[in-house]
Amino acid sequence: MNLQNIISEIEKVDPEVYDRLDTRRKAMKKFANLSGKVALASLPIAIGSMLQTAYGKSSSVTDLVTDTLNFALTLEYLEAAFYNKIAGSAGYLTASAADQAALTKIKNDENAHVAFLKGALGAAAVASPTFDLTGGKGSGTGPFAGYLASYAVQLAMAQTFEDTGVRAYKGQAPNLQSSRPYLTAALEIHSVEARHASHIRQMRRALDAAIPAGQKPLKPWITLNYSGIDYPPAQANINLSYAGEEVVSQAGVTITGIGGYSYITANAASESFDEPLTKAQVLTIVDPFIV
Amino acid sequence: MQTTKTSNDQVALNDERIIQPVSRRKFLGYVGATSALLATAASCKKSSTNSTGVDLGSGDVGILNYAYALEQLEAAFYLQVVATPYSGISALEMEYMTDIRNHEVAHREFFKAAITAAAASSIIPSLEVNFSSIDFTSRTSVLGTAKAFEDLGVTAYNGAGQLISTTGNGPTYLGLAGKIVSVEARHAALIADLITPGTFANTVDANALDSARTPAQVLAIAGTYIKTQINASNLPS
Repeated sequence: MNLQNIISEIEKVDPEVYDRLDTRRKAMKKFANLSGKVALASLPIAIGSMLQTAYGKSSSVTDLVTDTLNFALTLEYLEAAFYNKIAGSAGYLTASAADQAALTKIKNDENAHVAFLKGALGAAAVASPTFDLTGGKGSGTGPFAGYLASYAVQLAMAQTFEDTGVRAYKGQAPNLQSSRPYLTAALEIHSVEARHASHIRQMRRALDAAIPAGQKPLKPWITLNYSGIDYPPAQANINLSYAGEEVVSQAGVTITGIGGYSYITANAASESFDEPLTKAQVLTIVDPFIV
Repeated sequence: MQTTKTSNDQVALNDERIIQPVSRRKFLGYVGATSALLATAASCKKSSTNSTGVDLGSGDVGILNYAYALEQLEAAFYLQVVATPYSGISALEMEYMTDIRNHEVAHREFFKAAITAAAASSIIPSLEVNFSSIDFTSRTSVLGTAKAFEDLGVTAYNGAGQLISTTGNGPTYLGLAGKIVSVEARHAALIADLITPGTFANTVDANALDSARTPAQVLAIAGTYIKTQINASNLPS
């Protein structure tokens, strides 16, 4: 698609559109710059922003929206840093070719999310924090020290990061309601994180390592508040990512046994709905990884 | 990874200057031009919205009915899959199909209860499905349909989020939709992996984003499987 067609179409109904966009040359330059780095999926955002420039209407990027997108960006930085770091590590190399390919796919997705959010935020984007993936706040000797040598620990970390990401985006959705394009984009990332979580959980089930006996089989979805992870050095922190997932009531409606269906057990009821985390809860969870 | 950005991006994205207002006529004209272009950009086929049939209604309740309609479809499908498993189904696949049936029935019954509580007179009835195009004895047919339904559900919820009101119960409803859509995405990834291992996120674009569909787009696809005619013309847009 030729981006310039958009502005030409608008010009048909509003001949002064170029004046509204300062000058034609400047406007075209903006489109040219955008088109180079913003792919089709983010066009609604780009267009919304251009129109806001021109008309001062909707799509206004409020402080709340900017803060929320930066929060999301920070989580994506963490996820990308993690997958970038484990690629090619000793533990990673013990995985099957198919599992390595899956981790590469997820790594690429997380890096793309970083690039997308940075592109959307422009100069308002926060810089990446420095990460200590051992969870030691810079000591390098945190509870996950040694993760590079252990594929099982890597997958446990990946699952926790993905499930936390799903819950974090979910919690932030209402904060993006004032900007329809950004809300939609965030939802479109949210479901991808859930796809990742589903696959990592299948990988962990097949590996059958570090899954507590009472929490088998591990499912692609979250059962009660089970992490499905047995990792004593960081158990308390891991459990924070699953706290609250056990609820079996939604908006005042009891889901267990709903409609007389006895097979909708507490397990099924909790699996059917993923729960949000607040920003504060998420920051507590990721704090050990940020220097 | 993007490493450079220009100040022009910043102007484009963050400039909040109010420039001269636009006349109503001009604005409507522009809306027409832009929506046509966005439709082209998304390569979405045009779908007509029926104005007869079961009325989903308007506002947030309309969106809840829309979700209820989709969950009715999914639940009916998996109830059939579990009742008449495809030939050669493995124990693991049966476990997954049963879990997903439980989730979809829970979603359906939740919307039924929630809409009844919020606006009893506005709830849509049970829909009649049409699964004549599905061969429930065939793994390929069943998993292919499951993937289509789950991916459709993900794009439907992703597209409906922005249609929910920002006031009153709107944020709560958005939160509920969010709680469900990630479970649908977990299903979608699993089903994709069952069909072709490793394809859990092959639906994403170059930015690694999933997509979103409007109710009209979703219902045009779902309509193949729903005998009851649905009127979505009063939904928010």
